[in-house]
Amino acid sequence: MESKLLWMIIGMGVVTYLPRMLPFVLFRGRELPPFVQGVLKNVPYATLGALIFPGILLIKNQDVWFGVIGAAASFILALLGANVIFVVLGAIGILSVYSYFF
Amino acid sequence: MELSRERIYVSDFRQGLQGGVSIGVGYLPIALTFGLLAKTTGLSLMETVSMSVFVFAGASQYISLSLIAVGASVFEIILTTFIVNIRHLLMSASLNEKVEPASAWTKSIYAFGITDETFSVAATREGTVKTGYIYGVIVLAYGSWVINSGIGYLIGASLPHSLQESMTVALYAMFVGLLVPSLKKSRKVMFLAVLAAAFHSILEFFSWLSAGWAIVCSTLLSSIIVEGIEYLRKKGGMGHGK
Repeated sequence: MESKLLWMIIGMGVVTYLPRMLPFVLFRGRELPPFVQGVLKNVPYATLGALIFPGILLIKNQDVWFGVIGAAASFILALLGANVIFVVLGAIGILSVYSYFF
Repeated sequence: MELSRERIYVSDFRQGLQGGVSIGVGYLPIALTFGLLAKTTGLSLMETVSMSVFVFAGASQYISLSLIAVGASVFEIILTTFIVNIRHLLMSASLNEKVEPASAWTKSIYAFGITDETFSVAATREGTVKTGYIYGVIVLAYGSWVINSGIGYLIGASLPHSLQESMTVALYAMFVGLLVPSLKKSRKVMFLAVLAAAFHSILEFFSWLSAGWAIVCSTLLSSIIVEGIEYLRKKGGMGHGK
């Protein structure tokens, strides 16, 4: 392996690992103030909102409809109470049909 | 006693593997494409797979390839990786509030596997998250990521284009599938998600911040604002709503 790339991969690994690991080791018990704990409990849902939108509309640069249909399909399947894996497979299936015709 | 504890651990692990399946499916096209792009960027198979083995972070691996292609320095690439992945600091801090007690060793092992997707699957689970469960989710996600990076390097281009394209929706669909059930149960969850999505859209539209910081800021702003409103309402004794 080229040594420049080796160092790059090691460096990337370290700076990716540290932020993932430090909170688990630094905050041992549950000694954080209640307000901070409350904020941290909100984080998963806020993260999901930020991860989904606007990214889902931009999955195919040239075609907004691709994203809109993908988003609508996922939301409808999830609202109907489908398991996550079926939401994923269903959205892929619907978009495959869409890209077959357009 | 030991034996039954072991059995509980194994069943948590198995549930984790099941929880990880949708991540495995979602990673498939992204890892395949990463392998393919790495090859066209001039990396060897060994280098491509090593990056997935040691870094395990989709967005920053993609970005590193485009930075290599334009001849960026190693320092620039590492700094960019750090900025893109700083959001996991927030996710780990949040998940640490929800996991069952475990030794620092155990936690620092599974911490390696915290990605947007593994975090989302674990964090939206009801109640305390078991250590075995996290390991299950991560083993499946990591396995899919590493193996499919290698497969992508070897065969990537031969997958039908329309299927590759449709599969790009997979991870977003998974996030939607994880969010909606909680959304239906609580108005607070809806405020959190909609507010964060709005902040992220604004930040993205004006591109004031890099992708990593934009997610950190929109998540934090939304989480703090919603918590603040709830705190003020409780303090004011107007205990209506949830």
